[in-house]
Amino acid sequence: MTEKLKLATASLCGCFGCHMSLLDIDERILELVQLVEFDRSPFTDIKKIGHCDIGIIEGGVANAENVEVLREFRAHCKVLIAFGACAINGGIPAMRNQFELKECLEESYVDGIGVYNRMIPDDPEIPMLLNKVHPIHEVVQIDHFLPGCPPSGDAIWTFLTGLIEGRPVSLPYGQIRYD
Amino acid sequence: MVALPDPEDFTRELLVASNSDRGRLLQYLHAIQQRYSHIPETSVHQLALALRLSESRIRGVIGFYSFLHDTPRGDYDILFSDSITDHMLGSRVLLGDLCTRLGVEPGLPRADGRVTVDVTSCTGMCDQGPAILINGQAVTRLDNFRISSIAALIENLTPLDEWPSELFEVQDNIRRADILLSRGSCGGGALRALVEKGADTIFGEIATSGLRGRGGAGFNTAMKWKFCRAARDDEMNDRVVICNADEGEPGTFKDRVLLNSHADDVFEGMTLCAGIIGARHGYLYLRGEYLYMKHALEETLAQRRRDGLLGQNILGQAGFDFDIEIHLGAGAYVCGEESALIESLEGKRGVPRVRPPFPVTHGYLGKPTVVNNVETFMAAAKIALEGANWFRAVGTEQSTGTKLHSISGDCDRPGIYEFPFGVSIQQVLEECGAADTLAVQVAGAAGSTIPPAEFHRSIAFEDISSGGSFMVFGRHRDLLDMVQNFSRFFVHESCGFCTPCRVGGVLLKDLVDKVHAGRAGTADIQELHRIGTVVKLTSHCGLGTEAANPVLDTLGKFPSIYEKHLTQADYQPAFDLDAALQDARDLSGRDDAGAHIRTDL
Amino acid sequence: MSGEKTFILDGKPIAFEDGDTIMDAALRAGEYIPHLCHNPEFTPHGSCRICMVEVDGRQVSACTFPAAEGSGVVNDSDQLTAQRRSLLQMLFVEGNHICPGCEKSGACQLQAVAYYTGMLALDFTHFFPRRSVDASHPDAVIDFNRCILCELCVRASREVDKKNLFSISGRGINSHLVIDSPTGKLGDSAFAATDKAMHVCPVGAILPRHTAYNTPVGKRLYDRQPVNMVGDVAGYEETDER
Repeated sequence: MTEKLKLATASLCGCFGCHMSLLDIDERILELVQLVEFDRSPFTDIKKIGHCDIGIIEGGVANAENVEVLREFRAHCKVLIAFGACAINGGIPAMRNQFELKECLEESYVDGIGVYNRMIPDDPEIPMLLNKVHPIHEVVQIDHFLPGCPPSGDAIWTFLTGLIEGRPVSLPYGQIRYD
Repeated sequence: MVALPDPEDFTRELLVASNSDRGRLLQYLHAIQQRYSHIPETSVHQLALALRLSESRIRGVIGFYSFLHDTPRGDYDILFSDSITDHMLGSRVLLGDLCTRLGVEPGLPRADGRVTVDVTSCTGMCDQGPAILINGQAVTRLDNFRISSIAALIENLTPLDEWPSELFEVQDNIRRADILLSRGSCGGGALRALVEKGADTIFGEIATSGLRGRGGAGFNTAMKWKFCRAARDDEMNDRVVICNADEGEPGTFKDRVLLNSHADDVFEGMTLCAGIIGARHGYLYLRGEYLYMKHALEETLAQRRRDGLLGQNILGQAGFDFDIEIHLGAGAYVCGEESALIESLEGKRGVPRVRPPFPVTHGYLGKPTVVNNVETFMAAAKIALEGANWFRAVGTEQSTGTKLHSISGDCDRPGIYEFPFGVSIQQVLEECGAADTLAVQVAGAAGSTIPPAEFHRSIAFEDISSGGSFMVFGRHRDLLDMVQNFSRFFVHESCGFCTPCRVGGVLLKDLVDKVHAGRAGTADIQELHRIGTVVKLTSHCGLGTEAANPVLDTLGKFPSIYEKHLTQADYQPAFDLDAALQDARDLSGRDDAGAHIRTDL
Repeated sequence: MSGEKTFILDGKPIAFEDGDTIMDAALRAGEYIPHLCHNPEFTPHGSCRICMVEVDGRQVSACTFPAAEGSGVVNDSDQLTAQRRSLLQMLFVEGNHICPGCEKSGACQLQAVAYYTGMLALDFTHFFPRRSVDASHPDAVIDFNRCILCELCVRASREVDKKNLFSISGRGINSHLVIDSPTGKLGDSAFAATDKAMHVCPVGAILPRHTAYNTPVGKRLYDRQPVNMVGDVAGYEETDER
């Protein structure tokens, strides 16, 4: 038997819905683990990424830590996939791009209702926010895009099996969705 | 400054004086802008009522033209010509200097409302740049001395008409005259020939001469006139003749010189066309940048009326009625496209029309219309007088006659050169005193970049076609500066109607900026190809299809100008990652390692 | 029928009448040419450029180009599909199209045409422009984030409603829709829910109020069948099938 492909996943600025949808492939996940071995992923709780064949990124890039994780994935994965609406165009979090970062932070930490100890956090442990939320292809090179909020389990299955078997991916109507 | 009359009174007078003519909307707006440095709300309201147009429609027109504003500019409104040749002559340093002296930010009126300093697309003074427009008046040959004089005049509140007149001198710089420029004025001779020999005979001469449009596209002039003459004409002789003097192509200024020194022949050519096709109304669409010539042109028209060369019964011929009106543009390159020009002439946003139908059948107000370039009309007048053979004797078989070239950039003698068609780039370079030339940009931003290996090629419709812009770039230049300048120009001048030009133009400009800033990799070069090709193939009008030319042409012929700016990595982020944390650093006061992103990876 | 004029669209003969554009004839024959700014009820516009087809080797917009006897028209080719995806991407990155947060999603023609062309990526750099929402009208909302400048509302208001409520102002990338009212707000204009202009927006820029998310996911216009089968959203808007 040939060696299994290694697959890693991460969620940047997203809601984890795409990861949940990956579980929506239901029993086919048993088939999937026959084909791939999960490396770093919330599913494995492995924190450090090793050399992988496929990297799946959910979520857009909103802060410095997102940039770091994304770059690490790019450096370790042969193929990197923008997975879901936020990774592809920033999605819902990118709605904050309508405002200055100052307005966002002041609303959250200074002027908002019920806020006490009013100050913009300066703890070095907290990832610094970028001025805007960006799609991941604006930060690293992306090889494939799978839209959807989230992509459906069926779309994920079609996409991953095609990719793993080295076929050109062709999604039937109804599996390409932006919502 | 002198107290201004109430804008309401001023607008009312404008409307009354011209019978509230909807087609004059742009002319009204121009006059109001000149007077009040913007279009006041009350004027928009009055115009809407009087012209039975919605206010939003009028705001749409104001929003379209660069020279119209809905908020006040400074009392002295200064616009630096932003052509690449102005840059090469040091315009940006002078702009910075003037802003410092006056204490203004580019684009924003000074707090006291005295002055605005901004940039505008090429003002057609490339042979005597750097140039500015100040309240619509051209000042050329700027240097430190002139800048300091101008700053002082403004601080002293000296009214513009009391400024030293030498500041406003504009030179013709005719360096080489051939058959067109070496003759004196027709002086009505072409029209007398028309009357004596008949329209068919003179039309035959124009046809035999092989004259083609001088704007660059090179459509056969006789054929255009013939189509228009054949077009349905509901009211007798209600066809229209339009002279396109919206010379906006960066690096072109020959029409300015023709209108300055040969306007009589241009008007004669228009009248000749009217006599042949059956037209009563003519318009000279003069680009807003040439406002300073309007008065003299009006004078020329008045003289021609007195001489019986314009107006009712021209040269005593019953029914030969034709007159010409001057309409001003207001800062929109796209209006050089003939159908956009017609829209603008009708007082609308200058968005190119869907074609067909073409202007020859459905032009100004739906009437059959001939639109020709300034130089074309002048050549037509000369042909009527001198005959087709005189014209055909120079040039090539497919490109008869001569072409005027506006030469600027790195050469000893910039100015106007009239050459027979078929002249080689090399010959032109030798005559204008250009040595050690890296490239020539022929036909302006929309044209093509010619490398030395192609200097043997000739300027003619069958080889390199040109509307007359000829910009020389010396060996010491970085051509990417030119590409960047042109990409920005096309973004600024896109009308915004179609997707590829509106959006693709910005994508191209941003990628060129990225290359220029040294932040691009080879993947960005592929993107430039991909986007440029879509823009070229799918845009609505000529401006759009040519907007990618500077990029596509130089990628093909001068790949090294890009390569030398590229980073090692194929891929580079779309934005500066560390700079994107600046707001967060400012807000949190952090500057630790986690408050930065390494961009050298 | 003898004497009928035809052109060839992707190998099929298409009958046309004098004055027809390629789009007119194709629509009548039931052939789909992807489009956004076209609606047969209004004057052809030709601004979105999605309907670009190849006529005898040259690209033209099908919605404005006259049909001509015997000409060969290519609508379906890999090159045209790739090009359409690029144009669609341009429209997406130019505005703020957050499909998961848009009530027009599922019945949005911009989405549907993008699905039809198989657009997966949006790999141009996003503009994220700052645009406003006009919620001043009791029966309609205008979300300028989603406007694609197709001018269908402009044409509907001018040609059918005879109100001239919408115009375009600005130029180039700063072009934007403006409303004819003293404040520039929809609520202060003569706009009414019964206006044609209310029902022609191909995206979620002009939306009726009080009807959001009435249709469950799975039953929305483009959920099951592609745009070439079910047609434009404007036609659907006006039926009571929802």
